Amino acid sequence: MSHLLDRLNFLTPKTLETFSNGHGEVTRENRDWEDTYRNRWRHDKIVRSTHGVNCTGSCSWKIYVKSGIVTWETQQTDYPRTRPDLPNHEPRGCARGASYSWYLYSANRVKNPLVRGRLMKVWRELRERLSPIEAWTRLQSDPVLRASYVETRGKGGFVRATWDEATEIVAAANAYTAKTYGPDRVFGFSPIPAMSMVSYAAGSRYLSLLGGVCMSFYDWYCDLPPASPMTWGEQTDVPESADWYNAGYLLLWGSNVPQTRTPDAHFYTEVRYKGTKSAVICPDYSEAAKFGDVWLNAKQGTDAALAMAFGHVILREFHLDRQTEYFEDYCRRYSDFPMLVRLDETDGRVVPGRFLRADDLDGKLGEANNPEWKTVAYDEVSRGFVAPNGSIGYRWGEDGEWNLEERAGKADTKLKMSLVLEEDHDDVVGVDFPYFGGEAIGQFQTDATHPNVLTRNIPVKRVRTPDGEILVATVFDLFCANYGLDRGLGGDWVTSDFADEMPGTPAWAQKITGVSADKIIHVAREFARNAEKTNGKSMIIIGAAMNHWFHMDMNYRGVINMLVMCGCVGQSGGGWAHYVGQEKLRPQTGWQPLAFALDWNRPPRHMNSTSAWYAHSDQWRYETLAASEILSPTAPAGDWDASLIDYNIRAERMGWLPSAPQLKTNPLEVAKAAKAAGKDIPAYVAEQLKSGDLEMSCQDPDDPANWPRNLFVWRSNLLGSSGKGHEYFLKHLLGTDHGVMGKDLGEEGRQLPREAKWHEEGPRGKLDLLVTIDFRMSTTCVYSDIVLPTASWYEKDDMNTSDMHPFIHPLQAAVDPAYESKSDWEIFKSIARKVQDVAPEILGKETDIVALPILHDTPAEIAQDQVKDWKKGECDLIPGKTAPNFIAVERDYTAIYDRFVALGPLMDTLGNGGKGISWNTQSEIDNLSALNGVHTKGTAAGRPKIETAIDACEVILMLAPETNGEVAVKAWQALEKATGRGHTHLADGEHHNKIRFNDIAAQPRKIISSPTWSGIESEKVSYNAGYTNVHELIPWRTLTGRQQLYQDHLWMRAFGEGFMSYRPPVDLKTVGAEINAEARDGVPHVVLNFITPHQKWGIHSTYTDNLLMLTLNRGGPVIWISENDAKIAGIVDNDWVELYNVNGALTARAVVSQRIKDGTTFMYHAQEKIVNTPGSEKTGKRGGIHNSVTRTVLKPTHMIGGYAQQSYGFNYYGTVGSNRDEFVIVRKMQKVDWLDGEATAKEAAE
Amino acid sequence: MRIRAQIGMVLNLDKCIGCHTCSVTCKNVWTSRDGVEYAWFNNVETKPGTGYPTDWENQARWKGGWERTKSGKLQPKQGAKWRILANIFANPNMPEIDDYYEPFDFDYDHLKSAPEMEAFPTARPRSKITGERIEKIEKGPNWEEILGGEFSKRSQDYNFEGIQKEIYGEYENTFMMYLPRLCEHCLNPTCVSSCPSGAIYKREEDGIVLIDQEKCRGWRMCVSGCPYKKVYYNWSTGKSEKCTLCYPRIESGNPTVCSETCVGRIRYLGVMLYDADKIEEAANAPETTDLYDAQLGVFLDPNDPAIIEAARADGIPEDWIKAAQESPVWKMAMEWKVAFPLHPEYRTLPMVWYVPPLSPIQNAAEAGSIGMDGDMPDVRNLRIPLRYLANMLTAGDEAPVATALERMLAMRSYMRAKTVDGVNDEAVAARVGLTGAMIEDMYKIMALADYEDRFVIPTTHREQVEDAYDLKGGCGFTDGNGCSSGTSGGSLFGGSKKPLKMPKEVM
Repeated sequence: MSHLLDRLNFLTPKTLETFSNGHGEVTRENRDWEDTYRNRWRHDKIVRSTHGVNCTGSCSWKIYVKSGIVTWETQQTDYPRTRPDLPNHEPRGCARGASYSWYLYSANRVKNPLVRGRLMKVWRELRERLSPIEAWTRLQSDPVLRASYVETRGKGGFVRATWDEATEIVAAANAYTAKTYGPDRVFGFSPIPAMSMVSYAAGSRYLSLLGGVCMSFYDWYCDLPPASPMTWGEQTDVPESADWYNAGYLLLWGSNVPQTRTPDAHFYTEVRYKGTKSAVICPDYSEAAKFGDVWLNAKQGTDAALAMAFGHVILREFHLDRQTEYFEDYCRRYSDFPMLVRLDETDGRVVPGRFLRADDLDGKLGEANNPEWKTVAYDEVSRGFVAPNGSIGYRWGEDGEWNLEERAGKADTKLKMSLVLEEDHDDVVGVDFPYFGGEAIGQFQTDATHPNVLTRNIPVKRVRTPDGEILVATVFDLFCANYGLDRGLGGDWVTSDFADEMPGTPAWAQKITGVSADKIIHVAREFARNAEKTNGKSMIIIGAAMNHWFHMDMNYRGVINMLVMCGCVGQSGGGWAHYVGQEKLRPQTGWQPLAFALDWNRPPRHMNSTSAWYAHSDQWRYETLAASEILSPTAPAGDWDASLIDYNIRAERMGWLPSAPQLKTNPLEVAKAAKAAGKDIPAYVAEQLKSGDLEMSCQDPDDPANWPRNLFVWRSNLLGSSGKGHEYFLKHLLGTDHGVMGKDLGEEGRQLPREAKWHEEGPRGKLDLLVTIDFRMSTTCVYSDIVLPTASWYEKDDMNTSDMHPFIHPLQAAVDPAYESKSDWEIFKSIARKVQDVAPEILGKETDIVALPILHDTPAEIAQDQVKDWKKGECDLIPGKTAPNFIAVERDYTAIYDRFVALGPLMDTLGNGGKGISWNTQSEIDNLSALNGVHTKGTAAGRPKIETAIDACEVILMLAPETNGEVAVKAWQALEKATGRGHTHLADGEHHNKIRFNDIAAQPRKIISSPTWSGIESEKVSYNAGYTNVHELIPWRTLTGRQQLYQDHLWMRAFGEGFMSYRPPVDLKTVGAEINAEARDGVPHVVLNFITPHQKWGIHSTYTDNLLMLTLNRGGPVIWISENDAKIAGIVDNDWVELYNVNGALTARAVVSQRIKDGTTFMYHAQEKIVNTPGSEKTGKRGGIHNSVTRTVLKPTHMIGGYAQQSYGFNYYGTVGSNRDEFVIVRKMQKVDWLDGEATAKEAAE
Repeated sequence: MRIRAQIGMVLNLDKCIGCHTCSVTCKNVWTSRDGVEYAWFNNVETKPGTGYPTDWENQARWKGGWERTKSGKLQPKQGAKWRILANIFANPNMPEIDDYYEPFDFDYDHLKSAPEMEAFPTARPRSKITGERIEKIEKGPNWEEILGGEFSKRSQDYNFEGIQKEIYGEYENTFMMYLPRLCEHCLNPTCVSSCPSGAIYKREEDGIVLIDQEKCRGWRMCVSGCPYKKVYYNWSTGKSEKCTLCYPRIESGNPTVCSETCVGRIRYLGVMLYDADKIEEAANAPETTDLYDAQLGVFLDPNDPAIIEAARADGIPEDWIKAAQESPVWKMAMEWKVAFPLHPEYRTLPMVWYVPPLSPIQNAAEAGSIGMDGDMPDVRNLRIPLRYLANMLTAGDEAPVATALERMLAMRSYMRAKTVDGVNDEAVAARVGLTGAMIEDMYKIMALADYEDRFVIPTTHREQVEDAYDLKGGCGFTDGNGCSSGTSGGSLFGGSKKPLKMPKEVM
């Protein structure tokens, strides 16, 4: 009943009294209307879920369901509590996550399978008379038919298909490709499994059963800091955000914590009240800057210079003028500072060479096992050379001495860090160090002049070896010289005065970075003094800003050096907090068998994406950076004058990096030939490669036999977000309209690669089929041939973990998948089912050959202590030693589905493990049989079921030490064997703790300590990387077993990165006069450094198209520009602008702001062209995305392999796709053209 | 003395990370529907900037809030009752949609349904009000995010009053802070006194100010009367709406949506007891700089036995008195004096208070010589000018803001001595008029900030004023369509209903 009648009853007085002179009143008026807002709030259920891709947040959310509709979400507040002296985790979650429910029912939701219209039409016609395999074969063998759909990619024209049709096309294409070219021509790209590990595993399991290629992401995103594997042998391991709260000093360096670590930021803002001090280093006045005690506005790209100056001050005041006891002790035990380095002399010049090894010395110091992999130091106790425990030589082939006890074999040691005292050295010699700071371009130039080789005096010992007398010095002495510190040994390029403009000093850094020397000295002192007082509780939080430069290693190593100098790594509240896309998949060893089908066949095919996309999108054809530009002036003699792709080819054939495809000949055929020849597969392949009858695909990426043919993209937006060199992808991989404006090397008449075969014409449209699985219509979807609708993150069951907190928690279906969508698990099941139906026409049980690079954390990682190339005849081709291993893998294309849904037998026979240790897992398999049930017939009879996504979750939870205490105990026991020390106390009391899916549905659960990770879960400390190295004396998985600050591999020395130094951004030559011809006609413009930080309104591209986020931002793509630069180019806030260079063009609106430093423009990462993006005046195509003006450039030092920690691992080491050294021309658009015309209208007009 | 209890809020701007989660969760729950697309019951502004709606703080322009007449009388700035009535049909102080922004949506479906095109399809914007194409989006509810837009525009910010502002436009001297805003649930709300229909009221039991959606006739005098521009006209229903302090949650002891979802953990909710008889006197203090102190004078000490007695006599439930004693709002506003009202000069006695933000050292020379350990810098050397904060929080009086900032710095200093050096430095506390114990309490509430310390919310006692037995059984049932204007549009929040599709039509 309306309350209106009640209101109309004037006779009842409602106001009883007034007070405060009429400013208040007491009334008896009916307030039943208030129920209207109460009803708005009411809901039927709340379900725990989260946001499933590419966000480190890993926040648990309450999803509200009302009458069958998801209405909104708010954060869960029920995390297990922290210690009483730490803030709790609630309420994790940010505005982006809070806007997610918009996607479920929005017009941008992919609601049913979509197929490119032209493809669908032809397919339906062909299928009327042909089988699926025949139809696809026919389509691919007719160039006109193929081109008809390939060339229209990205231009609309989708039609709706049934699931049956869509999966049939996919299955036919995959089977045809495996049969015709090889299964390794089927690629799949999906990033960051941690956030929805089962959804990732769905696709990777399918690919791994098929023999397809799982592509890496962490390196491709340039989020992998290669400095981490170089220094620690660890992909990336970092403190959880709660550990920020244990710090006494926090340096935020190029990390915008409030913006990009939103749910963690409170630990940072709150710890200030505990008295923790903080400096923020970033070129813009960011959201983080406002929380600092001091803002250091260093010029973008010059961070290594700043780090060097910090290090200079710390070394001077805490190691040299005064020896801080804690720092000294820490560095001697946990860093390579005491290790000895051979000094190489050529033509009278001396440079640092390899680490001295036991093998170099007479008698090999008594070491019979791996003496060439045991590094040497000088021992104060015995006053002689020793091979201290813990180096990598102790890790393989023997037990019990791979530890960081201060011992060498049975003897106690105290290693010497410096030979600077008169009585410790035999001589002082001048050693050359490269100096790169003088080679800066454009705005990075300074007026300071220094030669490119700086000679510094080093105290040395003379050592007799079988090859004669050599000179050796400690890493520490070389290290100090590299920082330009005067040790009283004389020489020109060292100083004891901070105000000297000597490379390394604060005064020198001031010129390069723009930060005053005073501030640099102040921050360095505070940082180190805090670490001294607190035993290492100084922490550096860094982000993408530092890692996305070509010379990111220098930035990162500069930072790492500071932390090691001050004893911060491995100490709670201290250390290296790198947060760029790494997202820890905590139950990793439980997940891997599921994800890569290790239960059915090993090894899987893994590929490093940066090298793959560089080759297959033909970005190498445009490479303008010559190796000579980045080579060290002190490089040892060698064949260094090669193109970057040539280096990559060398790395692939020496077994350093993986390949995809692997062999030019279909591996199924090679296996048949080997069998026919009656030969062992590795031997056969080696022989054929040597003779040249077999060729590795990498040598000729443009030959049609070597193209990737099918590509799956799921949980990803490769073309709208991470695809560096976007326009090259469009031109060559997809073969559609593009905005590439530069010419290739052939057209330019530049030097061509020597090892990669050059084709006059770059191929267009390498992919036969692009399939994208998504819930929203991303840029990649728009370009795809088939789009499959997936369940949203509130419509499926899965699991989620992160670096940032120690919990595991679920995604759950609050409602069933909307429209016709299905979960990724169900989608790949349905594809596998189709393949099993369709493929037997041409494929049965087959032998495949997988080329496996030399892997880190395996005995093979000590394969190549010297660089030798079999192709050049420097050594023999020995599979797994001087080249990839070639391993036969049996596939059954008639049982792909049956295997997909069952846990295979290899777990029983081979067990499980990770990071170099393994254990028997039979009892877990038995438990899973009981829990999930077993198949009763067919190929998988008797095997545990993995039919539902929840079954898959249970497999992970059961097998992983992090979620099954019984496994944790087994894992620690396995490690004890290698270290000879007791570690199982770390899993005390956890033996019977087994976490199930329903447990985490009830509440996020804290995981169990395991040797997979270098930190522990405890009630006393927060998770921090390196903790078990320091406190359990488990060696770092490096050559020296210590935190390795000197990199002695030949290629590291050749490219001048034995030690860290400042290297200015490289010249990519993309804004030459030709590209900017119009500017000569007086069009106002400005050339700016193009920076793409992570953004506020999206997690990568997700949410960027979300109406809520677009409303709070400016309703479409924007770039940021300083007020001064805007004036120069005649740009006013909100003007339409175009940014371009030879790589392509993008359009956006300008945000003009005083907080931006002159000389840069920010385009926050991954704003797509699917929303509000006009045409480009320059290209006449749709304005691009942020990656339209970038191109991938590889760095040879990232290709190193077969060398201890510098051995390949998936997402662990390899080339990374940097993108910050890029420059663009920015100008105001004269005419805004929306290019909204239909193709037919245009065709008619023509 | 007439004791009332109110749920008040404090936002610690020093912890605000500007993430807008509060805005988004609030919008999803309350204003994700026709007619209020442009309305953000909670929004977050980047300061310095002109805000949303643009220039809202400029009461010379909007005439919001109250003024003290020459004769010492307190009256709405937009005029006394007769003036309000005279302006009903043509209110000169009324913001228009362009003062907020024209809400938009995008043609997303085009990405899937476009026929073959000459170029890659893009979803272009469309007005949510007219349905017409928008060629270029010129405005939004957060246009100045992270200092977007030229300083010359943003520095129209009212809080620069009395500051030589030019140098703050330079890159090196940039400063920034966030200001999240919602309805102030004032003790002396101008919206209530501006409403010609008598539709707005302040709830006796918890002080929440509501617009009765049945009585509202859409005159919009509240929109102009509110100096915070926190009342929004729903162009679909023709009624005005505003933040309800999530009373459906508060009544059950839950924090507001914006508070619980605040990932920066900056929001606090707690009970404040006050003397309702003193409202007029406090709001009518002669000088604007007196208003902050005057409002402090209205609040009553919940630990004072006389006040407790009187509160009981005035019908304040026992657990509300207990909640007032544990109220984080009381602690920050009254005990530690680190929280302040937003623009007390509007004379509305607002009940959403703010802790001012610290900021980096501005002066380069100073930055190089910040005390190494115990010492903290002079608050006058912080990047955000003291006067700017004072203009926002204390009608320009710098002293109380300086004291608050000094106390926060002292907390940092004291705690550093304790956690790094292992020393309890009472002298640091004494220097700012606190004790070590008080600082440790501050630290617990402001740094550790546990959920139950941030939100101390007693449940409502409906059982005392209504028949709870019937309510329990009948909860959820309404006759007919609940609250409506008599049309069949479903509920107030229904959105436009379209005929159902049959499953086969969807295929």
